[in-house]
Amino acid sequence: MNKKMFSMHLDLDAFNPATESEKEYMVQMRPSSTFFRDGVKRFVKNKVALVSLIIVVLITLSCIIIPFFWPYSYDQMLGVQLGKPVDASYNNLAPFQYGATEQAKIAAGETVFPHVFGTDSQGRDYFIRIIYGARISLAVGFFASIIVLIIGMTVGSISGYCGGKVDLVIMRIVDIIYSLPDMLLIILLASALKQTKLDEIIQGTVLEKIGANIISLFIVFGVLYWVSMSRLIRGQILSLREQEYVLASQAAGARGKWIIFKHLMPNCISVIIISTALQIPSAIFTESYLSFLGLGVNAPMPSLGSLASDALNGINSYPYRLVIPAVVISLIVLSLNLLGDGLRDAFDPKLNG
Amino acid sequence: MSEKQNNSPLVEVRNLKKYFDINTGMFKTRPLKAVDDVSFTINRGETLGLVGESGCGKTTVGRTLLHLYTPTSGDIVYDGHEIKTKADINEFRKKATMVFQDPYSSLNPRMTVSDIIAEPLDIHKMYQNEEERRARVLELMEHVGLNSEHASRYAHEFSGGQRQRIGIARSLAVDPEFIVCDEPVSALDVSIQAQVINMFGELQEKLGLTYLFIAHDLLVVRHISNRIAVMYLGKMVELTDAAEIYERPLHPYSKALMSAVPMPDPKIARENQRIPLSGDIPSPLNAPSGCPFRTRCAHACERCAEEMPEFREIEKGHFVACHRVEELN
Repeated sequence: MNKKMFSMHLDLDAFNPATESEKEYMVQMRPSSTFFRDGVKRFVKNKVALVSLIIVVLITLSCIIIPFFWPYSYDQMLGVQLGKPVDASYNNLAPFQYGATEQAKIAAGETVFPHVFGTDSQGRDYFIRIIYGARISLAVGFFASIIVLIIGMTVGSISGYCGGKVDLVIMRIVDIIYSLPDMLLIILLASALKQTKLDEIIQGTVLEKIGANIISLFIVFGVLYWVSMSRLIRGQILSLREQEYVLASQAAGARGKWIIFKHLMPNCISVIIISTALQIPSAIFTESYLSFLGLGVNAPMPSLGSLASDALNGINSYPYRLVIPAVVISLIVLSLNLLGDGLRDAFDPKLNG
Repeated sequence: MSEKQNNSPLVEVRNLKKYFDINTGMFKTRPLKAVDDVSFTINRGETLGLVGESGCGKTTVGRTLLHLYTPTSGDIVYDGHEIKTKADINEFRKKATMVFQDPYSSLNPRMTVSDIIAEPLDIHKMYQNEEERRARVLELMEHVGLNSEHASRYAHEFSGGQRQRIGIARSLAVDPEFIVCDEPVSALDVSIQAQVINMFGELQEKLGLTYLFIAHDLLVVRHISNRIAVMYLGKMVELTDAAEIYERPLHPYSKALMSAVPMPDPKIARENQRIPLSGDIPSPLNAPSGCPFRTRCAHACERCAEEMPEFREIEKGHFVACHRVEELN
């Protein structure tokens, strides 16, 4: 091929056609990845969130398992035994110290299970009380978030999907609830519910074990905290229902139910998971301060808040009794918050602006 | 081209109106006349192109025609039956489908390709078992030139052209007779546009489809359409054969529009005289009285401001809405 000077023509002879194996090499199919798998991959890369997840799982597991084999129970006063005078040596034990009869047993060569965190002013093992307190706090946090999720999701999706007047009315109700001072309302509701003789109503049902106060806590959460969740979901649905795939589904003949469950819900599931995860620590926190104020769980059932409140009386002599529940609350709330943040970064990269 | 079709109308639209209520303050609304008194017919097996500026109501015509918006008034007659009740609409959905403009937002990102394509089948329960559904999906994917390995993938893994093919496969799922194509190629780049346009042509021949093809690219519309309708501000101003409207547009707006068609040959382009239009398209909220085009028309007279010109048949098969069409041509 004679080539002109400065010509841009390429010499075609320099190119060879690709062989079959070379073509195959070029066409590489990436394995299909779902939205969920992508999210998990991103989540695992986030060390902080992973550590928080491990802490949350550890605390949850120990709350569930430890009460099964721990030799003391949360309401057992160790100094009180049938037919004997109260043994005051069991009250206010420091960590890893023993009461009078226990010391006698150790002297006789028997092994006695140690009181890891000592005992409280009534001679109850403090460690198991902390475990039970954490159990209550986690349970309240978890179930309250589920209640909030269910109410918020239902109201939010109805409001967002129907739009128009329905939306207007629901959102004004939400605005009213939102504008009330929630601390005041919680205290009012909690004390009002205390007057309703809830314990008599639930007598003999499964709910009796949970206790009237915790149920009133759930009611408080159910009545008050769904508003932000429903606003969030309404916003999501409002923007999603304008998407063309919803119109495409309508053009194919889909009804409201099909569209909500097939198109709208799957697309806001990441927002739902994340805000639920972030709702748990806030519920735990609320439960703690309600218990601290004496509006939470019934004695002798401990919760982290009521433990901290009781510890205030002996703060000079036994500061660890305040420090331990405070640290546990902080650890749970902090790791759940970090976990929620990690979930958000992993499953909703768009939010992370 | 139009000689080839048998001239039985498949879709007949009579005096279709669609007004949207726009909030103009607390509890006050004003109607926005998106589509105002539009009538046309589409014959079986033909393609009617619908062109016009952005915001002139093309898409609204397409969507109202499929009852995605409830028409404010007017009749839609499909295959001799008027579509009115819910049962009619439900049956109609199995015969008339839609291809959307944006291949990115028209596919649900959480669904696999096979679920997207089979969605109309799922909704109408048009299969006996899982095996039949799978077979139908693969057949549809083959129709539009997609690889069967793609069935279990998600829409975000595809290019724009492939996504549009998925959208087309979905619209073919119920084995329709009539498809409204709402600017199906305007979001694609030119080389892909050609592929998709040709695919529309092939599918029409193979499956005997009828199209309402909405577009703003005049060359694309000319390529695929048998007849072309021109819309301006919610009204139809001209409707005639595809070749005729390019060679002999009668309405002043169509003339201006056709003179703006870009020519790939610079020699022809230089000889063409563009008819410039001054001003902007008026807001459909305060449409001008009488003829909607009079504010920008060089030939507007008093009569144009007073009454809306009738959409009449000037020559056989050539409809124009203009008072002065005879004197101007």
